Amino acid sequence: MRGLVKHYGETKALDGVDLEVREGSVMGVLGPNGAGKTTLVRILSTLLPPTAGQATVAGYDVVSQPRQLRRVIGLTGQYASVDEKLPGWENLYLIGRLLDLPRKAARARADELLERFSLTDAAKRPAGTYSGGMRRRLDLAASMIGRPSVLFLDEPTTGLDPRTRNEVWDEVKAMVGDGVTVLLTTQYMEEAEQLASELTVVDRGKVIAKGGIDELKAKVGGRTLRVKPADPLRLRPLAAHLDGLGITGLATTTVDVERGALLVPILSDEQLTAVVAAVTAQGVTLASVSTELPSLDEVFLSLTGHRASTPQDAEPTDAREEVAV
Amino acid sequence: MSAPTITTADARIPLRGHLRHTGALLRRNLLWIRQDPESMADAVLFPIVFTLLFVYVFGGSIGQALGGGQDAYVQYLVPGMLAMMGMTMAQGVGTGFNQDFNSGVMDRFRSLPIGRGSVLFAKIAVELLRMLLATGVMFVVALLVGFDVTNWGGLLAAVALAVAFGSSLMWVFLTLGVTMKSVQSVQAMGFLVLMPLQFGSSIFAPTDSMPGWLQNFTDYNPLSALADASRGLMNGGPVAHDLWLTLGWSVALTAVMAPIAVHKFRTKT
Repeated sequence: MRGLVKHYGETKALDGVDLEVREGSVMGVLGPNGAGKTTLVRILSTLLPPTAGQATVAGYDVVSQPRQLRRVIGLTGQYASVDEKLPGWENLYLIGRLLDLPRKAARARADELLERFSLTDAAKRPAGTYSGGMRRRLDLAASMIGRPSVLFLDEPTTGLDPRTRNEVWDEVKAMVGDGVTVLLTTQYMEEAEQLASELTVVDRGKVIAKGGIDELKAKVGGRTLRVKPADPLRLRPLAAHLDGLGITGLATTTVDVERGALLVPILSDEQLTAVVAAVTAQGVTLASVSTELPSLDEVFLSLTGHRASTPQDAEPTDAREEVAV
Repeated sequence: MSAPTITTADARIPLRGHLRHTGALLRRNLLWIRQDPESMADAVLFPIVFTLLFVYVFGGSIGQALGGGQDAYVQYLVPGMLAMMGMTMAQGVGTGFNQDFNSGVMDRFRSLPIGRGSVLFAKIAVELLRMLLATGVMFVVALLVGFDVTNWGGLLAAVALAVAFGSSLMWVFLTLGVTMKSVQSVQAMGFLVLMPLQFGSSIFAPTDSMPGWLQNFTDYNPLSALADASRGLMNGGPVAHDLWLTLGWSVALTAVMAPIAVHKFRTKT
């Protein structure tokens, strides 16, 4: 893929997005519901015309060369776009034929991809009877039929349970190993970290940060230390105390009242140790200590100073995203 | 795969490509039927129920007015039912397509290098098969209740005419199916268009006894023309005027609505 630049003037969904993805790399686009991720993918896959601005994918302009472009891309939508009434094999065979594979080649390709995505046993069953994970795998297989050089994965694991999510991740990693350029949208920092080499964070149709994964992680504080004192009344004084010490540097400590814990952004193991030491020095008994990757909310908090602008501040389980025209 | 090897000249889809794509999509639509045979129930039951209903409810009285009995009405009704079959089956294409459109698989089709018309053509092809099935069932029922085939050639010609008109109507309903937001609204719109057209025509009863203003409507109603043309072809009598009128309607509807449907489908977001 050559350069990929976008400008959008008018639309609320995308308000001037510039993006460039290196050939053979995985670009993660991280953002909450309604940030414009799906709109971005739909424009890049020629499903939606841009209001303004221009974009090229694999050297083809999305507006003036849609047919050529469609030949080199694969698309896996947010809501699995397989035909539920068709058996898995027929789904793949259909796509093969639509991509102008001769009958024999389309048959062979369908067999091959079912095998690769461990769906051979379910080949003859309607896709509607598949489990969520199987359906995503079939969807991935369908987008691989034409051996695309650019692959769009629009929230490939939203709504999946953790184990199935890992399965899908493994498949995606294998695809990336084949040298495909991937544009991945996600609401999960963890997913971005697993799959992407570079990350663009979007919010309300704007890019609010971009860079390498490690760079951004450092920016948002790498990890989050979750400290839970035995006595919840100590939460606020502790938070003030820690901020006063300034150990964490980049972002301030958040109090999670509901779960009775402090969320401390940390950059290093030294900071982790220092924070725990500072807390115990206050004579606080700790009920639990754990570290986790920052959630999308925390990423946003540290990058923008406000919470992710999800319509109802929803949990990232709601798969639908507003697509403005 | 990285270096783009496809030149602009390759962007055009050759006719054979269109045929291949339409064929593949037609296969998909046929597989749907195999997966869900109940979806064919309406095509089988509709002609049975309606033919019997009209023959036995109205057959006696309208038959009398026609100067015969129930048999006379059967002879009158069957060509009309042929027209009705075209209309009803055409309406189904709109709702079916609307449903299909709201599933994610359309996005996948639209992201593939195929002519967008292929999806529509395949849908129409499979609906025409449904229409032929419904017509076949209708004729079986008609024969059972005493329909007399006087002219097999004429009957086939009438079926061909109904198919031509039915497919032109399908473009209208496809446009509705692509444009409207939900299946329900497509159905409601279809119903609103359908009822006056069907009953305000010569399908079920001769128009002579209708009030003048309604006769004006029925005279211009293409379904009347189709019903009368079929009647002429199957039972004998004047044909030419209604035949040309029906063909004219078919060509005009297709010429206007097909490009609109394809355009709406292409630009649908």
